Amino acid sequence: MQEKLNKKLNRSLFVSWLVPLILLVIWQLLSLWGVLSERILPAPTEVLQAGAALLKTGDLAEYIGISAKRAFIGFLIGGIIGFVLGLLNGISTIAETLFDTSLQMLRNIPHLALIPLVILWFGIEEEAKIFLVALGVLFPIYLNTFHGVKSVDKGLIEAARVYGLHGFSLFWNVILPAALPSILVGIRFSLGIMWVTLIVAETISANSGIGYMAMNAREFMRMDIVVLSILLYALLGKISDVFAKMVEKRCLKWHPSYQ
Amino acid sequence: MKNGNSLELQGITKSFVEHDVLKGVDLSFKQGEFVAVVGKSGCGKSTLLRLVAGLEDPTGGKIFVNGKSLHGLNKSSRTMFQDGRLFPWKKILQNVGVGLKGDWKRDAMELLEQVGLANRAHDWPSVLSGGQKQRVALARALVNQPDILLLDEPLGALDALTRVEMQRLIEELWRKRGLTALLVTHDVEEAVTLADRVLLIEEGKVVMNKEINLPRPRQKDNIQYVSIAAQILNRVMQVDGAIENKAIHA
Repeated sequence: MQEKLNKKLNRSLFVSWLVPLILLVIWQLLSLWGVLSERILPAPTEVLQAGAALLKTGDLAEYIGISAKRAFIGFLIGGIIGFVLGLLNGISTIAETLFDTSLQMLRNIPHLALIPLVILWFGIEEEAKIFLVALGVLFPIYLNTFHGVKSVDKGLIEAARVYGLHGFSLFWNVILPAALPSILVGIRFSLGIMWVTLIVAETISANSGIGYMAMNAREFMRMDIVVLSILLYALLGKISDVFAKMVEKRCLKWHPSYQ
Repeated sequence: MKNGNSLELQGITKSFVEHDVLKGVDLSFKQGEFVAVVGKSGCGKSTLLRLVAGLEDPTGGKIFVNGKSLHGLNKSSRTMFQDGRLFPWKKILQNVGVGLKGDWKRDAMELLEQVGLANRAHDWPSVLSGGQKQRVALARALVNQPDILLLDEPLGALDALTRVEMQRLIEELWRKRGLTALLVTHDVEEAVTLADRVLLIEEGKVVMNKEINLPRPRQKDNIQYVSIAAQILNRVMQVDGAIENKAIHA
């Protein structure tokens, strides 16, 4: 039974990676046949070689580490602020009236439009990137947490009150789990925004990280490293999505859609 | 085992914006009595139950639980809702034990045994049938050892066979525990099957208060049973007819 399940899992894993694999093979073949000029797109093997070389010098690991750290810290700060504001405004009508208008206005400013301002404030230091990531991540998490808390079944809250839950126990046992599916949607959504923001911020103003590596490589016409950076972003994005899905599966075991 | 509290309603009125739902209800419930409230939908019977549960405050009048005036939630009562209202993110055992302290697992398990679902203790609610969910809801209401059990159309969404089964279970547990029970239902037969007394509410007033003195468990083919049920049903329908006539003449 378990073996059969594993087999099935392996097969679906293979199928889901089939399309990227085929694209990679086509790309390699086109490069080999000379259809794709090296100045437009270097072959995957060359990109791989560039990656291997950078790995040897330790630059690659360092840049990935720096980018991941920025992403993580920015996500944590923005996520926590968005989550807390979402809870607060979802639970308390007073807080909602007080804050929601301002948040809705701020939400509509494209956070990347703040880059010039952010550079003036923070220069090209770490704070600039972390600030932008936090700002980008904040709103999807705020909106989804707020929506999740607002749409908790009133009947369940009433039942919980009848059965003696109130205050923190009501929040912990009923409101939070009921809002969780929506909160997790917000988290998955904001993970995408997290990477996009970081890419843009690092490309425009940085002296380390994957985006910096790409911009630096462009100046030396190192096409292979530019492409490597882009592929790295795709991979990192995918990894964070897989992680988010795992968390979803674990936290929403009770949900019919995950059984 | 504790005995049921006596419950007293004095001149209860309840109005929602420009609409009077209850217009002066006086009732008293003996300890251990099973009372059913019937009436058409919108007659105010569910509101009556919510007032007794303390989920809403009456606009006028007073409710006394065991001689004490009720303010806020009625802590000596537990409500079983029509839709069960189980928490989907808690396993069955945790649902039954919600809000309990101390050695709650043992108590919850014991109740699950009594409703015949001990083997489902570690399942999620989503895999249970409608009837099973209501049995869990019943266990959850009883594990708190309430003096008053409030049943808000608890069997309304169940199929006929499951419904009969549930009626037997409710009757059995009610008798064993000596609870005061208040059942709100639109099913007259259900009321006659379970209740010591059937109340009919019409347009916010109690218009019928009928004692049912049939031996339990009640047989649905018993002549007296059939005639009482028909009598109550006719009384309910009569009002329907009157309103229809009015509508036609208007």
